[in-house]
Amino acid sequence: MIQVENVSLKHRSTPILHDISLEIPKGGITALIGPNGAGKSSLLSLIARLQPLQVGKISIEGFPVDTTPNRDLAKIIAILRQDSIVTSRLRVRELVGFGRFPHGRGRLTAEDQAIIDQSLQQFDLTDLADRFIETLSGGQRQRALVAMAFAQGTDYLLLDEPLNNLDMYFARELMRSLRKIADGKGKTVVIVLHDINQAGFYADRIVAMKTGRVVADGAPSELLTPETLHAIFGFEMRVETIDGIPMVVHLR
Amino acid sequence: MSNAARQQSSRTGLLAGFVLAALFMLSLFVGVIDVPFHRALADAGALELLLISRLPRTLAALLAGSGLAIAGLIMQTLTRNSYVEPSTAGTAQSAELGVLLVTLLWPSANLFAKSIVATATALLGTSVFLMTAHRLPPTQPFLVPLFGIVYGGVIGAAVTFVAWQADLLQYLSVWTNGDFSGVLRGRYELLWIGAAMLVAAWMIADRLTIMALGRDASIGLGIDYARMLQLGLVIVSVISALSTVVVGMIPFVGLVVPNIVSRLMGDNLRGTLPVVAMSGAILVLGCDILGRLIRYPYEIPVGTVMGCVGGIIFLWLLFRRPAHA
Ligand SMILES: Nc1ncnc2c1ncn2[C@@H]1O[C@H](COP(=O)(O)OP(=O)(O)OP(=O)(O)O)[C@@H](O)[C@H]1O
Ligand SMILES: [Mg+2]
Repeated sequence: MIQVENVSLKHRSTPILHDISLEIPKGGITALIGPNGAGKSSLLSLIARLQPLQVGKISIEGFPVDTTPNRDLAKIIAILRQDSIVTSRLRVRELVGFGRFPHGRGRLTAEDQAIIDQSLQQFDLTDLADRFIETLSGGQRQRALVAMAFAQGTDYLLLDEPLNNLDMYFARELMRSLRKIADGKGKTVVIVLHDINQAGFYADRIVAMKTGRVVADGAPSELLTPETLHAIFGFEMRVETIDGIPMVVHLR
Repeated sequence: MSNAARQQSSRTGLLAGFVLAALFMLSLFVGVIDVPFHRALADAGALELLLISRLPRTLAALLAGSGLAIAGLIMQTLTRNSYVEPSTAGTAQSAELGVLLVTLLWPSANLFAKSIVATATALLGTSVFLMTAHRLPPTQPFLVPLFGIVYGGVIGAAVTFVAWQADLLQYLSVWTNGDFSGVLRGRYELLWIGAAMLVAAWMIADRLTIMALGRDASIGLGIDYARMLQLGLVIVSVISALSTVVVGMIPFVGLVVPNIVSRLMGDNLRGTLPVVAMSGAILVLGCDILGRLIRYPYEIPVGTVMGCVGGIIFLWLLFRRPAHA
């Protein structure tokens, strides 16, 4: 379980998060949605101890993120940042392999190799494994980064807009892979999404943020209503149900 | 490491090893006093010359070359900037400052004491540079080396002014121009500390590679980022300070060697670090031998030779950038 209690965050004197409390039980997919600047990335980076906690408490499986040794946390939680830039010349397989670093501190066992191979395969990177990252397309690069987070093999996975740059096929593949590890292996996924329909279809729960606060929280069917969506995004949308799937029509 | 990468790495390593061994032998037998190979072990005088002068000189070139190349590599990894290197980080000027201070305040200090003080100030100066460089935005790649040049210039100007007032300019230049001709047994051994730093760098190679992915990625993978940064800083500062103090400043090694290896083999330090170390040694040893041969029987200091050779290689690197630089 990820437990966020009364967390506030300021940047200099600008408040960014206001008294956020949130419990994410083990297992399942939680989608984090909300307008640009709502504080989604800030919240994720606090949970993943990438910035120091100012006010409040956060713990994962009971381990407080601010006092638990970094190398221990790296075995239970992995994060993919929104703006990961790889400037070094690494081959795809090397990059994905570094996902295993927390486990063997650099020594790759046969089991590690198998996990790396599987991650490569899952994101259709096997043919690109010996290419340098800088020679890949934006979407291929994004897949390599996701594969690296997968290879870390943690029970908790935080993904900040992982669908960026992915085509429809791979966006669907990624979401289905997440569904599979959530259902099959009991993994906990927290994912920031801007595509509300992806969130509605794949997530078990949607948490909506706006101006540093949680403004809505619930199952997709409860949350995807014209009223709630208007409150979050500030414009009218229609919600249709097609084959039992709520679809938000937001083009007009 | 992938199979392709590992194969390439061991092939390149083998080749570099052969070239290095050849240069090593050549360096032992090239100089003003001719020592024919077959007499080296039979003739006591020739053996003496080898042990007191040629061997230390060769080892010093090897240690300084590999050390500077690795220092450059680590600097570039930690600042995520391929254009920094020890000779543009204020190291030499800080070492000069140390020599100047100790000469003024404690004139009777021996060579060893002076070396220690110079190493300490060089360490301090380099650390200040690295800590500042680390904060500069990665989006402006030329800001870091520019800052380094200005920073070194400011310290250098202060040193020159004081040295000029105290009439010590000549003396200082002896300390800081890269030159192996003064290296004798008993005068280069501090460089072996640099070799220990190379071992340390090898041990944290994976961590350094990950740190090149940035702070967040490193923390996400369980690396103690702040501590590793400090360790990297110490490695870089100690190596560059020691080589500046023992043989003087040798420009460009730390810049061109890691850049060439990165282009050929990538940035996975586990595979590239040994190649960078060997190539640095090859370049410096090669330039030293060249300096001994060009105007035989006179010598051109290695710093000068490297200034030309390294400068040309650097320009070539700049103008032949890969498409995704
Ligand atoms: N380093 C920073 N300095 C100043 N303000 C910051 C900084 N980082 C974030 N902010 C501010 O904090 C707020 C929340 O940012 P955050 O990145 O968490 O938003 P987000 O919900 O992830 O948005 P997006 O959908 O655009 O990714 C924004 O108003 C942003 O301007
Ligand atoms: Mg964001």
